[in-house]
This record gives sequence, structure tokens and C-alpha cells, in this order.
Amino acid sequence: MHLFNELTNYQQPSEEGYYGQYGGAYIPEMLYSNVETLKTQYLQIMDDPAFKAEVAALLKDYVGRPTPLFYAERLSAEIGAKIYLKREDLCHTGAHKINNTVGQIILAQRLGKKKIIAETGAGQHGVATATVCALKGMECVVYMGEKDIERQAPNVARMKMLGATVVPAKSGSKTLKDATNEAIRAWINEPDTTHYIIGSVVGPHPYPDMVARFQSVISAEMRTQLEAVTGSALPTHVVACVGGGSNAAGAFYHYLNEPTVELVAVEAAGHGVYSGMSAATTQLGSAGILHGSKSIVMQTKDGQVVEPHSISAGLDYPGIGPLHAFLYESKRGTFMSATDEAALEWAFHLSEIEGIIPALETAHAFAVLPEMNLKPTDVVIVCLSGRGDKDLATYMQAMDMK
Amino acid sequence: MSRLSELFEQKNKRVLNVYCTAGYPHLNSTMEVMNSLQKNGADIIELGMPYSDPLADGEVIQNSSLIALENGMTIDALFEQLATMRTSIHIPVVLMGYMNPILQYGFEDFCKKAKSVGVDGLILPDLPLYEFEQVYGTTIKVNELDFIFLVTPETPETRLRKLDSLSSGFLYAVSSSATTGTDKDFTKVAMYLERLKSMQLKNPFLVGFGIKDKASFDAVNVYANGAIIGSAYIQALSKGKDVETTTKTFLEGVLSN
Repeated sequence: MHLFNELTNYQQPSEEGYYGQYGGAYIPEMLYSNVETLKTQYLQIMDDPAFKAEVAALLKDYVGRPTPLFYAERLSAEIGAKIYLKREDLCHTGAHKINNTVGQIILAQRLGKKKIIAETGAGQHGVATATVCALKGMECVVYMGEKDIERQAPNVARMKMLGATVVPAKSGSKTLKDATNEAIRAWINEPDTTHYIIGSVVGPHPYPDMVARFQSVISAEMRTQLEAVTGSALPTHVVACVGGGSNAAGAFYHYLNEPTVELVAVEAAGHGVYSGMSAATTQLGSAGILHGSKSIVMQTKDGQVVEPHSISAGLDYPGIGPLHAFLYESKRGTFMSATDEAALEWAFHLSEIEGIIPALETAHAFAVLPEMNLKPTDVVIVCLSGRGDKDLATYMQAMDMK
Repeated sequence: MSRLSELFEQKNKRVLNVYCTAGYPHLNSTMEVMNSLQKNGADIIELGMPYSDPLADGEVIQNSSLIALENGMTIDALFEQLATMRTSIHIPVVLMGYMNPILQYGFEDFCKKAKSVGVDGLILPDLPLYEFEQVYGTTIKVNELDFIFLVTPETPETRLRKLDSLSSGFLYAVSSSATTGTDKDFTKVAMYLERLKSMQLKNPFLVGFGIKDKASFDAVNVYANGAIIGSAYIQALSKGKDVETTTKTFLEGVLSN
């Protein structure tokens, strides 16, 4: 099929946003003008030296980049490989999400937008969006599933304190999928003045590529930092959790075209991949269209999108970014999964042996380390995408049950 | 000549297209609703195929879709219900839906089946121009189905002309950028509709989104060939006693002089 481009450069989708058969922009005509403007301008804006300088300055002085690359000594000894942690949990607001919102808010200003809307699952993207809106004095409305509002109360409070309006998404499963639907609908209703900051590498082209580029600062730093420590910029493995896949896209980005680096994406298996309560999209899904792009989607045989399950709100999503769908299909990526139970266990384990309390999402990435058959010579970077403060209620509950 | 073209040849003013959700309010209501619409003065039926994530639809149609899905509506079930549709329905019927369920059904099979039961055209809001031209348009045309593109006040003229040239049957003019069922001030869209009218388009155009009663129907008919009513009718169905009484009352209200 002529839409299938021969991707040898994994960093660059086709002009219409395709990674292999995945991507594109399946959007109603009401969004055409907005998306077209973004599509024709994003690369140009992102290439502008003044824009780059503005983003870089904020990433340094506001977000606190570069984030450290930390050699996890006790974890390395236990697993039997050299394991480095990319400390995105140390970013301002507590996760990698702000790398993207800093970039997009400045881009929104360049486009003359006055109002920002966003969707959020765990609330990290919502907080990161509310934060940059406060910084730039822009109105902010965040759509969040009603169920997620309950389980991520601290982040809801943070968004409100930052001046954002949090709108509960009450349709469907009341989680990230539905929050995204509501945000897109809100954008359709106010296209002129509003910019939609999507938090993951999903949505219509150019969002997946744009968000991946803003998040690519993670792997750009990894290369420099690893080289300074080991003499080589290339690890043997990069491991990251995947819901929509923004931290994974950022952690993989500058290694996508380095075939010796194994890229390990960890999905949320919930109660078990085949339990009927899972969010392991590549294992359970098939080609479909969700939120404006073609990708792998969890769905019934009739093409209705399935309600996923994960203990972590950030991975509780029935799709995956088109880049990741392509990495899966082309076998460039290794896709693994971790259950709710394993993630919880590793959240506690990492806290105990490294003194770092990770987000539940991030804990999934650690849970696969014992299964990777790593050798002592292997150099592994785990993207520690976020910190666990927001998950304390869940962690406290788990401690009570022990 | 297609049923839609024939209709517009005979009637090019105040054409009323009414949307209903397949499988709503009950799984087997589909034909009852369609017959009732035809009987009470609808010129075209836009039959919505329910989807779990209808991006372009507001709350009312979302809810009707959810109920229809809970009732067990699927594309297979719908084609079964429509199998003998042409023994009673003589007005044009267009299917409205989202790409994902159709892709799972198989796009080509879907078009063939739609044609074979007597469907006249398709409205697929998340099938954009690029994909239509690259992949799906040929299959639609080969199966002799009309395809109706949406245009909005923000659609640039060159693109609008292209969407018009690729559409057949009619063109769907979204009154303003909004999801379905959103209230908008029609005096603000008058200029846009005036512009559409003056463009000498290939297709007749019907205005949709926000048309809910006689006043809004009359207001757009000053410029357009007709209008599409969706959410307001679904809302009436959700509150009404029985399909026939509700439909009769609703359409009498819209079409009264």
C-alpha cells in the first residue's frame, strides 16, 4: 500500500504523519484548520533558534534539566547488570511530562493562542500543563476522567492551586480515553483561540512527532551523560513504561536509529495480560483508529474501543502512540508487560534499595528487569519517568494490607 | 441517477434530513423510527451507526450511541435490520459513522453490503480528504455510494471546492465549528451560508449542527437547500412516549408554516 513508507529513519514519520501503516490524521473537518496550521508550522517553529533558546532556558532554569543519570548500585548488583536511572522524577512537577508542556506552551504563544486545554490520566500532564499556563499567564482547562479524579486527588488539588479548571469526563470508562475525547470535543467547539496540549505521543499528526521531539531531550541527555561515565553513548538496553508512550518516545528517540540498542517498552498488564483486566495494548489490540490516528487499539471484534484496566492511571489507555505501534510491528522495539501486583511490589522494592519512590507507572518499567536475562556486561538505562508522591494513597493502602 | 440526486432534482428547498441512531431507543426500533420519519415528512434519513468514541458528537448523540451499543447494536445487526428496508422506505438513506468499526468490519465489505441493502450514501466525519483520495474513495465510488463531506466556516475556499467536487448527493455544511447538539447564534453563521450560496457549488448543501426547531430550520433555509436535525430529535425520542407520536409531533413542529 502506498501509505506504507519505507522507514529507515525511525525519527521521521512521512509527511502525512505515518510510521509504516500507523499514524495519519483521522480528524473531523472541524479540526482541519487548527491541525493543518500546526502541521505546516511546527517544524519551522521548533527549528527557529530563538524558540530553541527560549525552550532550553526554561528547561534548564525552571524544569531543572539536565536531570541526572544515576548509577543504581544495589539494583545493579541484584539484577546482575549495570543499571542507570534517568531521573525524570526530579523534573519540576515530578515527571517528564513538563518537557513537552514547556515546548508546547511557547509554541501556542507563537501561534497566538490565548487558552490551553489538555487531557490527563494520572494528573501529571495536567499538572505540567497547569504549571506552564500559570507561568505564561494563560487560561487552562484540564479534562480528567471522573474515576481518575478520585484516585489522583493530590494532582487534582495541585492543578486547582495552579489556577486551572479541572473538568470531569463522565463518559465511557471515565478515564484517560474519555478525558481525551472530551478535550478533543472542547477543541472542536473553540478552535480559533485554543491550543490543545496533548500529553502523549498520540493524537492526529503532527502531535505524535511533535511530542516525541519535545520529549527527545531525555535521550539527548542520556547519550552525553552515559558517554561521560562509560566512554560510550550507547547502552545495550533502554527500558521505559508505555501507556500512550511519551516517556518511552523521549527515552528511545536518539537511539531509534542505533540498531545495537535494544528498546524495551513495558505495558501495563493489569491483573494479567489475558485476564480481561489489562492495558497491554500491543498484546491485546489490533490496527484501529483512536483519537485521530491509526495505531494499535484494544477493541471488540465490532470495532468498539475496550475499557482497559491498570492500577496506574497513566497507563490505563486502550491505545498506544503510532511510533510505538510501528516499533512493535517492525520488531525494532521489544514489548514486555508488568502486572499491577508486580508494579506495586517494585514501587516498594525500589524505594527500599535505592531510596527512590517511583510513580506507579514508572514501577512497571522496573518490574521486567529480572525477566530480561541481562548479562553483567549489559548497560541498561531505565527511564525513571516520575515520582510516587501522587500514588501515596495507593501505596498506603498496600502497606495496610501487608 | 442516485436517490439523493433525484430528490434534489425534485426538491431543492427546505429539504429535511433527520438523524437517528441505529438501535435506539431499542435494538429493534431502527425500522420503526425510519418508517415514522418518512411518514411524517423527512426527506432524507441519516442513520447513525453507534460508536464508543464519537468525537464529533455532543452529549445527546453520545448517550444514544451508548444505549444503542448496550442494546447490542453492531454493523452486522444493522445490516440484518436493513435487509428488507426498501420494501417500505423510498426516501434516501445515508449511513453516518466513524471509521474504526467500519475498518474492523472490512471497508470494502461494508460498502458492498450497504449498497446491497439499499443505502444511498455515507457520512464518515473522521475519514479526511487525504485518506479518501489515497485509499478509500475508490471503493466508495465503485460501490456507487454517494459520499458526503463536511465543510465548516473555517474551510478555506480551495479546499471547500475540492470537498465539493469529491462529494456527491449533497454537501454537509457544519453551521459553525462545534460538536453536534451545540447551541450557536445563527445570525453569526448567516454570512458563511451566504458565501456558500454564492459559490455556485456542484452539490446542494444542507446545514447541520444546532438545527433544532422551526426557527433554526427556517433561518438556514434562507440560504441552504435544507438542513439536518440530529440531537434535538434524539432528545425528543428519549423523552417521548412512543416513536410515532414523538416523531409526528416533532416533525410537525419543525415543518409547520
